[in-house]
Amino acid sequence: MKNCEYQQIDPRALTSPTATPTSTLPLANKNVQRQRRKWEVFPGRNRFFCDGRIIVARQSGVLPLTLGLILITSGLFFIFDCPFLVANLTVFIPVIAGVLFVFVVFSLLHTSFTDPGILPRALPEEAADIEKQIDNSGSSSYRPPPRTKEILINDQVVKLKYCFTCKMFRPPRTSHCSLCDNCVERFDHHCPWVGNCVGKRNYRFFYTFIVSLSFLTSFIFGCVITHLTLRAQGGNGILSAVQQSPASIVELVVCFFSIWSILGLSGFHTYLVASNLTTNEDIKGSWSSKRGAEDYKNPYSYNNIFTNCCVVLCGPMPPSLIDRRGFLPADEIPPVITTEQELPPFMAKNDTNMEDTCQDFALSCTG
Amino acid sequence: MASEFHNLQELCPSASLATKVFIQRDYSDGTSCKFHTKFPPELEGRIERPLLEETVKTLNGFYREAERISGHAYLEGCLACATAYIIYLCLDTRYEKVLKKISSYIQEQNEKIFAPRGLLITDPIERGMRVIEISVFEDGGSSGSSSSCSGSGSPAGGSTR
Repeated sequence: MKNCEYQQIDPRALTSPTATPTSTLPLANKNVQRQRRKWEVFPGRNRFFCDGRIIVARQSGVLPLTLGLILITSGLFFIFDCPFLVANLTVFIPVIAGVLFVFVVFSLLHTSFTDPGILPRALPEEAADIEKQIDNSGSSSYRPPPRTKEILINDQVVKLKYCFTCKMFRPPRTSHCSLCDNCVERFDHHCPWVGNCVGKRNYRFFYTFIVSLSFLTSFIFGCVITHLTLRAQGGNGILSAVQQSPASIVELVVCFFSIWSILGLSGFHTYLVASNLTTNEDIKGSWSSKRGAEDYKNPYSYNNIFTNCCVVLCGPMPPSLIDRRGFLPADEIPPVITTEQELPPFMAKNDTNMEDTCQDFALSCTG
Repeated sequence: MASEFHNLQELCPSASLATKVFIQRDYSDGTSCKFHTKFPPELEGRIERPLLEETVKTLNGFYREAERISGHAYLEGCLACATAYIIYLCLDTRYEKVLKKISSYIQEQNEKIFAPRGLLITDPIERGMRVIEISVFEDGGSSGSSSSCSGSGSPAGGSTR
């Protein structure tokens, strides 16, 4: 055979018309040019709004209910009770209520929309370095090496646990929230009423929220009782007073049931703030002296109620560690593009193979 | 990090990333931000001990200043509470101001001390304040010895929150 009668098949002709390499290339360029922000690839279970400025847990819980109850109750109070009270008592009633309402709403929104102190997950190199340290420390080959580290904080032994999701040893007072799938610093609890975790960065907002809410509900409760009493005294008894102002009953019911829980919660958190504890530590009894023979003492407390309060509520505001609005580096191309670009490299590989095969065939033909 | 990598590439085009060394947090004083000043054995021969220790001690000092519980911090906290925390939306906190100082300090240290030795420090804020990451670069031309990169160059990227 003098000439091998073969024709090199252009692999690109084999591709389907809709996914030709030439058509994906401009799309790839377009996607590379549009830089993505880090919040778009955030691994935790959170939702972001306003291009990463606002962060909430994926499950918003009953936040709409909380907001709704506050707005409706306060709205009813301002519309139906305030005119009577201003006319019969003083104009400061709606002023005080207004100030408390502003505090409640702003602190609620701050608590819900602020990063609670989420720790970003360890990057692969850091995780590998930690794994190396764990393997080196665990000498026994029969058991996996222990994934805890003991450190001394103010002469108190504290155990640091390894987080398998975030691939790092959790700093002290940090806990992994299973609802948000994030490690949160100084983790207090995940609050469904607020729709977010309560941690280092938003604890003061949460405390302001529950304290101002307890004042607001008590204030509205007291004012509504005063309003109905005054109407009853002036009119034909309590029933006619209720008939004249039915909205007051709604407010009374809401406030009555809220006051017990909110006041109790405020009292509990005031105790936590004064002793520099978190709800998580208190529930687990981490620093309770009842555990064992050793005297467990809270190593983070300043042993002074005033100092503890100042540090927890008025201490420096730490920064957010998850850079939500930062841009992803250009070499981290989102996976969407790679699936579209799968064909060209695949084809290219086949192309060279085919060329080699053809050359071999050609050689064997001319033989 | 990618921008810092490219900056070292500009300083020394033949450099390639060999390994990363991590200096961990020191929790002996509680949750305050402090890093171990122990010299990592992997950097033996790459940089003089006092230089690295001085850098880490200065960084620790900056973080101590940022987290210091002083009258100024209390005033800031009380003012923020009184304004229903609206003030946090308008002004930079003291902590953020110190973080900017840290960022420019690290940039300066990288240019003057670390880049000439084929090293690069990453701002801890980019690693969740957990580690000081030191990237060790090998000069592509020579085999395993420290590279001879020039100290000047475009500023290294230090991102904020």
